[in-house]
Amino acid sequence: MIDVAVVAFTQRQEDAISGESEVEFMVPLMEQAKASVGLTQSDMGFTCSGSSDFLAGQAFSFVMTIDGTGPVPPISESHVEQDGAWALYEAWVKIQCGGIDTAFVYSYGKSSPGSVRDVLATQMDPYYVCPLWPDSYAVEALAARLMLEGGHVSERRLAEIAARSRASAASNPHAVRTDPKSVAEILAEDYVIDPLRPSDLPAEADGGCAVVLAAGDRARDLCERPAWIRGMDHRGDAHTLGVRDLTSSASTRLAAHRAGAAADKIDLAELHGPFTTSEHLLIDALGLDEDSTAVNPSGGALAANTMMASGLIRIGEAASRIWRGDGDRAVAHATSGPCLQQNMVCVLEGD
Amino acid sequence: MSSEVLQAPLVLEYPFTRSTGPVIGAFLTGLRDGVICGIRRADGTVLCPPQEYDPLTAEPLTELVEVGQAGEVLTWAWNGDPRPMQPFDRPFAWALIRLDGADTSMLHAVFAPSAAEMSTGMRVRVVWRTEREGHIADIAGFEPIPAQRPSGRQQ
Repeated sequence: MIDVAVVAFTQRQEDAISGESEVEFMVPLMEQAKASVGLTQSDMGFTCSGSSDFLAGQAFSFVMTIDGTGPVPPISESHVEQDGAWALYEAWVKIQCGGIDTAFVYSYGKSSPGSVRDVLATQMDPYYVCPLWPDSYAVEALAARLMLEGGHVSERRLAEIAARSRASAASNPHAVRTDPKSVAEILAEDYVIDPLRPSDLPAEADGGCAVVLAAGDRARDLCERPAWIRGMDHRGDAHTLGVRDLTSSASTRLAAHRAGAAADKIDLAELHGPFTTSEHLLIDALGLDEDSTAVNPSGGALAANTMMASGLIRIGEAASRIWRGDGDRAVAHATSGPCLQQNMVCVLEGD
Repeated sequence: MSSEVLQAPLVLEYPFTRSTGPVIGAFLTGLRDGVICGIRRADGTVLCPPQEYDPLTAEPLTELVEVGQAGEVLTWAWNGDPRPMQPFDRPFAWALIRLDGADTSMLHAVFAPSAAEMSTGMRVRVVWRTEREGHIADIAGFEPIPAQRPSGRQQ
């Protein structure tokens, strides 16, 4: 295996970016990420992006953003219609294939022009489920009741997760839900869709992020303390809700095992749990002990959930903390689909 | 530079049709005729709604079987503020419902007067739409089946 590290990361998340197109807000982010390690687009061995044409409402919308990278002379690039964490995975595989020692990865999403809660119904089965338009909160609420009534979690535990996210997000300039609330205040909230309360839901955001990957000595040249990717794996559960156990995340467990997450202590974990219920399942699937692992020090997706970027931001947040020496070993997680259908686990370490 | 945000209508279209195939097609045709089909898996259990391939093992599935029109609520969520295009314009419950004769559940709406009328394990039955066209919404939703009073000598 070729050692690959995250050496640069930039992000922007706001509750709504109304005056700028995706390309307009991505160009400065992409430039900043490359400039932070003294590189330009022509230094990149490979470029991979993640975004959604469906969200943008336009076919091949990502091509305009590629233009924004400054792809002259022509570049080697690819795109995934997925969260940018999967674009990073493709770039990591590309570096493993040899011949290049740098890669540029970015992703972005702007969901504020529509109602993302309703739009997400379109990712459900197109014949059996989508025509009924169950919104994403309703779908998660079905899993939440199974978890609550089955004794897998309590409403108090969910409120504790929400309160921790709010407290951590207070020091994250990119978080959008930062006002502190106590567990008691959260438990006093009215249900949005019984049994989920407002604080159990993701804080939807617009934005994007950019990451530079580098291999071996190139990474050591570019970064004082590279965040080495020691293991990375992604797995999926069945698409159909009715055939899987919604009270645990089997695919996260498998991905974590294959990525070697439990091989050593985990100082911090950045988990892409859009709901408090999903974060609880992830902590369980990864076997995290919150006394020894800082869970979502950024506030996580509960504090800012940017479609197509939230997973890659988890990897960037974890890597940044390794650069700063906040920890030596981190787990970053990304998800996609209803009720944690697809999951990626990435293990990062400092030297 | 003006700070005015330009706006224009954008209509997303999907201007072609596709066949629903031998399994999903059979299920949808069954709905038009007021019948609900599942499909038998290699282990003998019945998947409803049916899929062409087993979602866990990817084995092709072919043996369609009719299932019941009543079943059990495995989980539910109270939708106090229905969204546009959802099955009912008054508050209702979303539920995962396991029909009699099936081993997996389907997502649909339960028309109950309030959350207090909903409980996990409750029995519900299909409410058919009068005009049916071979679509999941041929099932208007489900309604609670009143619990049977314990049988016994009338006083």
